[in-house]
Amino acid sequence: MMSQTTRIAFGALAAVGVAGVLTPQPAQAQWQPSRPIEFIVPAGTGGGADQMARTIQGIVTKYNLTKTPMVVINKAGGAGGEGFLDVKASRNNPHKIIITLSNLFTTPLATGIPFNWKDLTPVAMLALDEFVLWVNAETPYKSVKDYVAAIKNAPPGQFKMGGTGSRQEDQIITVAIEKSTGVKFTYIPFRGGGEVAVQLVGNHVNSTVNNPIEAVAQWRGGKVRPLCVFDDAVLPYKETIVDNLSWASIPTCISQGLNLDYLMLRGIFMSPGATPEQVNYYVELFKKVRETPEWKKLMADGAFNQSFMVGDEYAKWVAKEEQRHRDLMKEAGFLAK
Amino acid sequence: MEEIANLMQGFATVLEPFNIGVMIIGILLGVIIGVLPGLGGANGVAILLPLTFSMSPTSAIIMLSCIYWGALFGGAITSVLFNIPGEPWSVATTFDGHPMAQNGRAGEALTAAFTSSFVGALFAVVMITLVAPLVARFALQFGAAEKFGVYFLAFCSFVGLSKEPPAKTVVAMMIGFALAAVGLDQMTGQLRLTFGSTELLAGFDFLIAVIGLFGIGEILLTMEEGLQFKGKSATINPRVVLQTWMELPRYWATSIRSCIIGCWMGITPAGATPASFMSYGIAKRMSPRGKNFGKGEIEGVVAPETAAHAAGTSALLPMLSLGVPGSPTAAVLLGGLLIWGLQPGPLLFVEQKEFVWGLIASMYLGNIVGLLIVLTCVPLLAAMLRIPFPVIAPIILVLCAIGAYTVHNNPFDVVMMMVFGVLGYVLKKCDYPLAPLVLALVLGDKAEEAFRQALLGSQGSLTVFWSNGLVGSIMLLGLIALFWPIIQNGMARLRPRPAV
Repeated sequence: MMSQTTRIAFGALAAVGVAGVLTPQPAQAQWQPSRPIEFIVPAGTGGGADQMARTIQGIVTKYNLTKTPMVVINKAGGAGGEGFLDVKASRNNPHKIIITLSNLFTTPLATGIPFNWKDLTPVAMLALDEFVLWVNAETPYKSVKDYVAAIKNAPPGQFKMGGTGSRQEDQIITVAIEKSTGVKFTYIPFRGGGEVAVQLVGNHVNSTVNNPIEAVAQWRGGKVRPLCVFDDAVLPYKETIVDNLSWASIPTCISQGLNLDYLMLRGIFMSPGATPEQVNYYVELFKKVRETPEWKKLMADGAFNQSFMVGDEYAKWVAKEEQRHRDLMKEAGFLAK
Repeated sequence: MEEIANLMQGFATVLEPFNIGVMIIGILLGVIIGVLPGLGGANGVAILLPLTFSMSPTSAIIMLSCIYWGALFGGAITSVLFNIPGEPWSVATTFDGHPMAQNGRAGEALTAAFTSSFVGALFAVVMITLVAPLVARFALQFGAAEKFGVYFLAFCSFVGLSKEPPAKTVVAMMIGFALAAVGLDQMTGQLRLTFGSTELLAGFDFLIAVIGLFGIGEILLTMEEGLQFKGKSATINPRVVLQTWMELPRYWATSIRSCIIGCWMGITPAGATPASFMSYGIAKRMSPRGKNFGKGEIEGVVAPETAAHAAGTSALLPMLSLGVPGSPTAAVLLGGLLIWGLQPGPLLFVEQKEFVWGLIASMYLGNIVGLLIVLTCVPLLAAMLRIPFPVIAPIILVLCAIGAYTVHNNPFDVVMMMVFGVLGYVLKKCDYPLAPLVLALVLGDKAEEAFRQALLGSQGSLTVFWSNGLVGSIMLLGLIALFWPIIQNGMARLRPRPAV
């Protein structure tokens, strides 16, 4: 099967090559990829970004949306720094795109590696990932107020917050909760969201701020309980998940007196030096991807915020978010010295 | 006996002609992936994942899990023949498998490796069939302290095993720990020991180190010794499989012990690599022929292979029932499940009966088909050792380089592989054991993480490692393993000597 794919790839390459020689190119030809597209994931296999990238790869393959194959490559080293530096070093290579998560900002800020999102060419925001405050379903805490009161009654640091990675989004949210309520957590970093969810089910940590897709299976199994969602409005997904509850029945943290909203970028960038035609090719490609039922299902399963942005609007949003991360991380003392 | 009825239904699904075809293709691809060093099961499954999107979820998971079985089988081949572990969990197989090949017993070593793999997998599948829900609850008991206990046990059962002086073992292990510490510190999110170099950002990948230390190091050694494989080349004997099978039942105790270690490591989830090391170490301690380990003892192949395959198989259980992958390959499969619209977790066994039991049935059949396929290849594989060294060495070198490159698609890794090759050669010439280095490199950062997570949770108190019965007994087992030679000595002295 592998050889078949390769053959198709070579066939496609040959076809593009022949077409390039035989047909005179019109002056303003629409750009098309002529080699396999490398889709870099700056995170490990099996995580949220990886799942999204591989779903996109599957959609692109199934509906024949690109002339050349799309290949997903994980470059997770150094909290994703490896992937970002790889794309940064691929100037004028239009066959390389990267999916980002919050480590687009947090990794360079926390480690001081020579990288900034401005080194890349922004393509499109695909979606925003939500964060939810979860506790174990066996605990008596039914609301944020119960939970905060319990933490305040215990000695500082008694309550453990589990999260993915260190000085990344989960810890930033934890510090922001501490700032907003005056409680003190002991933050324990783990490698992946699934592991964090299981630590909560096993009562090894007291709460988590897992993304919906990381914890939904445990919620359906009656093992964990959502307290609030870190968005400024309740989620629109009304399909029942467990006991007449849906994503839409989770209150916002702001309404519960926890004055904080945080969303994580799931967006696409490409290598530096890309022309507007090349950017436009990928924008159109992702518009087509967003129309497929597979994509809509992924969005509903993970209760994603389906904002879509391109061009200047997207760049401005990223710039604003970078400043916000810089402020949050500075307050928390997470910036590299 | 609802499980049995469900399982029979599962067999009916798997025995559809299309699914059987998918199964055979999967095994073959998996063996190829396992043979190529670097291109591990996780990468292989990830590359082939998109091909399965057009299939039904059951066919797709059968194909992918068969690739996984194939990779588990295939990893042993190059370990035995060329001392190059195709997969991390085959490192321990090289310790005795390769000396066997050098003594002209490659066919026996391969047969033992494949058969033990099969036994390990079968044990794990039977366990999954019968006690899945119970086992899932057991896995939940494992927090950071318990995980550290498991790694501690793995290190302790391995320390003091080598014939080299203990000081050299400690030095090798410390080099391993130092190498494992390079890159991002998971606990603080900061870089350490990278000296400002962006190339070292990702740290030293275990696979690249192993390909270099073992593969390239071995080639350098052979070159020095006059461009020939040591020992006599194997004669092609089609009956070698049957002959080895006659011998294997003698090692039943090692097999059962390794099965249990493997299942435990797969579920907790620590993974197949520590399982294979731990099982080899304990087999060496317990076996009456323990002092021959490392010179080509068939039991030294049975122990790690049984444990690795049992762990690899049972690693799928926490993935299905908890949504936590027990191995990198299981992590990719988990991604696949989500893409096919299946939600792994406590309810998967209830809501997706056909899928789950189809998968379990495919584990039984996939392993049988896999065993048949690889066993028929044994004489053929053993014959590869008859190819003259000047012909095969460049091929191995190229395969190693490709393997090192595929791990991260990074040319720098090929350079690193050569550096590790020279390091492996120098260490071998100076009689430093490589195994402790490799063990420390692969488990060092995980053990460190678990240790620091546990201490964060206990606010710095070391008593957390004795805070409950589970972690306490694991730590105690570790200490017993560590001081076993002293305990053995003491017991021998206490025993009244027979009057002369």
